[in-house]
Amino acid sequence: MHISDGIIDAPVSIAFGVVAVAGVSYAAKRARDDLDDRTTPMAGLVAAFVFAVQMLNFPVLPGVSGHLLGGALATLLVGPWLGILCVAVVLLVQGLMFADGGLTALGLNITNMSIVTSLVAAGLVVLLVRRYRPSPRSIWAAAFAVAFVSVLAGASTFVLEYALGGTLSISLATVAKLQLGYHVLIGVGEGVITAMTVATVAATRPDLVWALRRHAAREKSEPLVPA
Amino acid sequence: MSARPLPPSATATTTGQPDVGRRPRRPLGLRRFVVLGVLVALVLAGVVSAFASASPDGLDSVTRAGCTFGAQGEVVSGNCIAQQARAHGLEGSPFAGYRTHGVGGAASTGVSGVVGVLATLAIALGLATALRRRGPAAQKR
Repeated sequence: MHISDGIIDAPVSIAFGVVAVAGVSYAAKRARDDLDDRTTPMAGLVAAFVFAVQMLNFPVLPGVSGHLLGGALATLLVGPWLGILCVAVVLLVQGLMFADGGLTALGLNITNMSIVTSLVAAGLVVLLVRRYRPSPRSIWAAAFAVAFVSVLAGASTFVLEYALGGTLSISLATVAKLQLGYHVLIGVGEGVITAMTVATVAATRPDLVWALRRHAAREKSEPLVPA
Repeated sequence: MSARPLPPSATATTTGQPDVGRRPRRPLGLRRFVVLGVLVALVLAGVVSAFASASPDGLDSVTRAGCTFGAQGEVVSGNCIAQQARAHGLEGSPFAGYRTHGVGGAASTGVSGVVGVLATLAIALGLATALRRRGPAAQKR
């Protein structure tokens, strides 16, 4: 879902560059509180894993593929602030080393694939954990839902950027319809990959899943039911 | 890397639950878990990437809608957003387009993937370590 240079005009690209710098800086500030012996190596692993899986385009329609965005996966595992940083590092490496995603579009791409996906995922995790209290065995369902919605949110942000700074040579309605249509399908793929990965980590080391730690913290603060 | 979680049995006793039917297996150590995860990422980027779809992704398909393309990916006819796209400023870099300069065939993408995983790991780990040193936990000591 990487935007190339020239697709969105300079003023809107610069504006989203500012959004990205502000968002990543804020995330870096908040992430300091989340970093400990466990989350520090996990941040490295999550970024490396998202980079790898982003290379694995899967077909969704004849001639159309999709790939993991990873903001939801990163958020479920290390929380939204480290999650934003992990995916931003991936996008930076892709843009600077692999010519994937335009340099002037870096702010747009970080906003869409890192900040929006992670924040939407975090909001949903908070809601779902409060309501359904997922266990390590049931977290996969929440992970699927969170990942699916995060892709639609990121894809919709591109439609907004096109509305603000696209040439509109193709009508906004057409772009919105195609973008959301393709990304409903890609969101299912994102959901499957995210659910499988989070379920695997939860089965092995549930303490390394941020979405489950939130749950554990809440349980601890509440009075224990006598056995 | 010293923090190890309590084994499942220890958490079970604090809630007063009998420790029946719990697997006595010790959880995977953190260092092993991370090394294993990185190995999985290396295999995905280095080997499995050869089987990835080469079709344009969702957003690229949106920008290509309305045009027909030739064998080299050039616009043959029509009107689409992709016509506005400029070539990447670092098109000539050694790993541009997930191909490794000077490495041909199937290995080209795999080698670039391995380099990308290691670079991403190093930068993210370095960033996290640097931020942690400035965090509240470090300042308390």
